[in-house]
Amino acid sequence: MSDIRQEFRYSKEHEWIRVEGNVGIIGITDFAQHELGEIVYIELPAVGDTFQAHAQFGTVESVKAASDLFIPVGGKVIATNNDVEDAPDAINTTPYDAWMIKIEINDSSELDKLMSADEYKAYTS
Amino acid sequence: MNKYIPHTAKDLQEMLAACGVTSVEELFSDVPKNVLFQREYDLPKGQSELEVIEKIERLSQQNHSNMIPFVGAGAYDHYVPTIIKPLTSRSEFATSYTPYQPEVSQGTLTYIFEFQTMMSRLFDLPVANASMYDAFTAAAEAAMMMNAVTKRNIVYVASTVHPSYLKVIKTYARFRGFQVLELPEKSGRTDIQASLSLVNDSVSGVIVQSPNYYGLVEDVTALSNKLHEHKSLMTLAVNPLPFAILKTPGEMNVDIVVGDAQPFGIGLNYGGPYIGFVVSTDALVRKLPGRIVGETVDVDGKRAYVLTLRAREQDIRRDKATSNICSNQSLNVLAASIFLSTMGPQGLIEMATQNYQKAHYAFDQITSLPGFSKVYDDDFFNEFVVQTPLSYSVVKEALEKEHMVPGVDLGDGKILFCVTEKRTKLQIDHLVDVLGGLAQ
Repeated sequence: MSDIRQEFRYSKEHEWIRVEGNVGIIGITDFAQHELGEIVYIELPAVGDTFQAHAQFGTVESVKAASDLFIPVGGKVIATNNDVEDAPDAINTTPYDAWMIKIEINDSSELDKLMSADEYKAYTS
Repeated sequence: MNKYIPHTAKDLQEMLAACGVTSVEELFSDVPKNVLFQREYDLPKGQSELEVIEKIERLSQQNHSNMIPFVGAGAYDHYVPTIIKPLTSRSEFATSYTPYQPEVSQGTLTYIFEFQTMMSRLFDLPVANASMYDAFTAAAEAAMMMNAVTKRNIVYVASTVHPSYLKVIKTYARFRGFQVLELPEKSGRTDIQASLSLVNDSVSGVIVQSPNYYGLVEDVTALSNKLHEHKSLMTLAVNPLPFAILKTPGEMNVDIVVGDAQPFGIGLNYGGPYIGFVVSTDALVRKLPGRIVGETVDVDGKRAYVLTLRAREQDIRRDKATSNICSNQSLNVLAASIFLSTMGPQGLIEMATQNYQKAHYAFDQITSLPGFSKVYDDDFFNEFVVQTPLSYSVVKEALEKEHMVPGVDLGDGKILFCVTEKRTKLQIDHLVDVLGGLAQ
């Protein structure tokens, strides 16, 4: 049974987003890290890059596969997590602390289109 | 029924029946009629093995195998040490395809790792791949790497590169959707000052060749530094041999080195196969095309080699991969590894120095002849351009009569000669005598 955080919202591509004011903090879910296996590398965008909702913002590479990362809502990247870039295994051990990017959210109504914790739980079970 | 054609009429009928068709024509019925070869094959009758051997021997006697080459332009007549053939022919190295199963392929993986290590040390850059098809496709791969890393799509290529570089890169560009522009030239080299002003935030990177098509050495340090200010990348296309004695790509802040290791024990081989390579900085390793072998330890803690960084490659990353190369020129990698191990660093320096000195001796002798003059300065490696009012066909005919292969005709009376360590003083003096005789 994978870990799901009540206060986060979730995308169909298995990204989570935590919202603080106008800032969205984004990572991948426990379910996703478990499916991917041991993560060895992540490729993140540059600070200042902007993305429409569901656009590819990066890549995550495990020993099994390389997968694209999709942004749950549109926005401008204001920070990337260098610690996770240097030690991507943190995504396996603490997926909800190992955030990848922080964005300035363009349109907070896009959050409503994402899944709640309960919906994501149903989606992944 | 011939013993070399294993299928009997009965075999064919059984195979066709299994496919649910009645004839070979029906099997290929999906192929449009207008592209099918519809006549009988106009082939001679079968011959005995003895007859065929005699025929091939008669044909081979028409080869001019005693010709002395003074031509290079990408294919160089270097000495291939005797040790290479018996070692590469060992059964352990037969079918030396890229090894997926490290537990049964430590020999192959070890020599690929050693090749990578030696290439990396030669160029003073940390990462090398397990090889590519040839220099030209390797340069196109470098262009795609630069585009992938910078997320831009404009690549500048020096106009002093071998024409095949430009052709192959443009072919790739057409289908990968990037723009290829040329850098200005000045006196046979890239016009660095003029090129600096072309660099901006929309340029992925630049590809310069050194020694370039005309044999001239290019120093790209200033260009590398300018590109880095704009987060763009520098690729140097090389003949690897002179870098035993030249300022290294690492010292010139180059990001990617591509080229052909044909001078390292491969021989001319009638034009191929040769052995391309890509060497880069650590920062670009995730975009490096082709196989990479890495060193690790096995369950008992003993040193072992494996294919590494596999998730870059197309068989895993599919359409998101930077490159579609999932192979290497393993047999030639083996030859090059044996060559470099045999020569050692000092041997390679000596070989490069001999190329330089012999080519400069030939250049000095030829350009002092009446009717032959230099075109560029003498900062070249083992190839140089001379100018003559004589027609190329006259020069070619005179040299071929004396069993020499002339340099490449560059047009407008310019000829590109090459002199390697294999040419003796006697051979060079003979070349000079024949050319001198023409100028009288």
